[in-house]
Amino acid sequence: MADGILRSPLHDRHVALGATLVPFAGWEMPVRYSGDIAEHTAVRTAAGLFDLSHMGEIAIRGADAAAFLDAALVGRMSAVALAGAKYTMICTPEGGVIDDLIVYRRDHDHFVIVANASNKDVVVAELEARVAGFDATVEDVSAEIALIAVQGPRAEDIVGRMCVRGDDDIRAMRYYSATNILLSGDIHAFAARTGYTGEDGFELFVGADEAGAVWDLALAAGAEDGIVPCGLSARDTLRLEAGMPLYGQELTRDTTPFDAGLGRVVAFGTASKPRGPFVGHDALLKAKVEGPARVLVGLVGDGRRAARAGYPVLDPEGAAVGVVTSGAPSPTLGRPIAMAYVPPALAEPGTVVGIDVRGRREEMTVAALPFYSRAS
Amino acid sequence: MSNVPEELAYSAEHEWVSGEPDAGAEVTVGITEHAAAALGDIVYVEAPRVGDTVIAGEVCGELESTKAVSELYSPVSGTVTAVNEALEGAPETLNSDAYGDGWIFKVEVSETATDLLDAEAYAATIA
Repeated sequence: MADGILRSPLHDRHVALGATLVPFAGWEMPVRYSGDIAEHTAVRTAAGLFDLSHMGEIAIRGADAAAFLDAALVGRMSAVALAGAKYTMICTPEGGVIDDLIVYRRDHDHFVIVANASNKDVVVAELEARVAGFDATVEDVSAEIALIAVQGPRAEDIVGRMCVRGDDDIRAMRYYSATNILLSGDIHAFAARTGYTGEDGFELFVGADEAGAVWDLALAAGAEDGIVPCGLSARDTLRLEAGMPLYGQELTRDTTPFDAGLGRVVAFGTASKPRGPFVGHDALLKAKVEGPARVLVGLVGDGRRAARAGYPVLDPEGAAVGVVTSGAPSPTLGRPIAMAYVPPALAEPGTVVGIDVRGRREEMTVAALPFYSRAS
Repeated sequence: MSNVPEELAYSAEHEWVSGEPDAGAEVTVGITEHAAAALGDIVYVEAPRVGDTVIAGEVCGELESTKAVSELYSPVSGTVTAVNEALEGAPETLNSDAYGDGWIFKVEVSETATDLLDAEAYAATIA
């Protein structure tokens, strides 16, 4: 592990599977195993298996845990039911996004926050700075926890098959809920029905020392359904088709949740359900009232050349008026798709914009997000 | 470890050249297995057109995968004499048969190329 590069507890398995490993947020992680499109398609039609050990996990415990998170995050975590999950954000006092998070409520006084690998240390530091005065603790438990995701229409059957106890619970789980299950081999796991692919699926939190056994179990349980190990490349095209933002691209400290079309995650409280102050409240209320100066939109192209992150969005006169945040040829749609920030005047679906694709203008049409929704 | 055939010559930008790159000769150009694997599944190839003049070391097209886009450089100078039209409908051939059916274009060389690498030297650059 030269130069402080972190390795997943599943590293040896990735190597044995012939994965191409790349540096990612301080980790060495698989970008692909068999091929990007085969992996992407497996998740859309059957199931994919993802090693998400690079994600950060932060435990919040204490009598004031819920009140602390209400003050530190833009969402109302005290309203999350036991065994519930909530997509939320941590913002600066100016309303900029520090990270987007999923918060799982494990008990009245115990939450687990999943943060992006690249932001984990910053999020831990912010939470530690904001916890003063609350009876709560902030603990980085990333090194102890491995996160393995099973995603795709066959995920429910596969995870059910992995269970010794709790397979009925798995089937009964709603999207964005979580529960404790017991996997074959006497392995305790915290299973959440969440994901980043636009498909049904589960994310399994297990001890890092049990990650290998859980990975092997998932491959064995999913063999009959055609489960395929999937890398970061497929994960990126899957989330893009699903219109899900990626921190560092759609979300940065210079964007508010409202810019990204995710203002719904900010809970200001209502007359009947008032909410106390939280970091970013005033700036975010101003952003909500004023409306965003730029809007995150989906773009679809008819050509072959894809818009990529950072490419300028052009108005009809050729002036740069926006920027592409993510883009790729969509494996499911068979055409280029992208997300971009544009002025509100260009945000209406059906609007044609130009993209400067390496010096040549390509036209794309504003489309409603997501590009892909699973049949439910 | 990707395959680097002995009989080909290579550019530092990961193109291969089949045939002696002498002035007046016709050579075939493609990208190496290593380059194709690094890009991932290639979904679009923009090759130069027949009759185009290409210059060694300069961009003459682009390769697009789901993950990334890469410029295509010409490893030799000359005039394009043929383009692999089959890649239009089957760009994935670059991943499955980079040194065979995945050839990209042919060039009538105008100036003998002297800075190409042999297989051993190219293999060392990607080791």
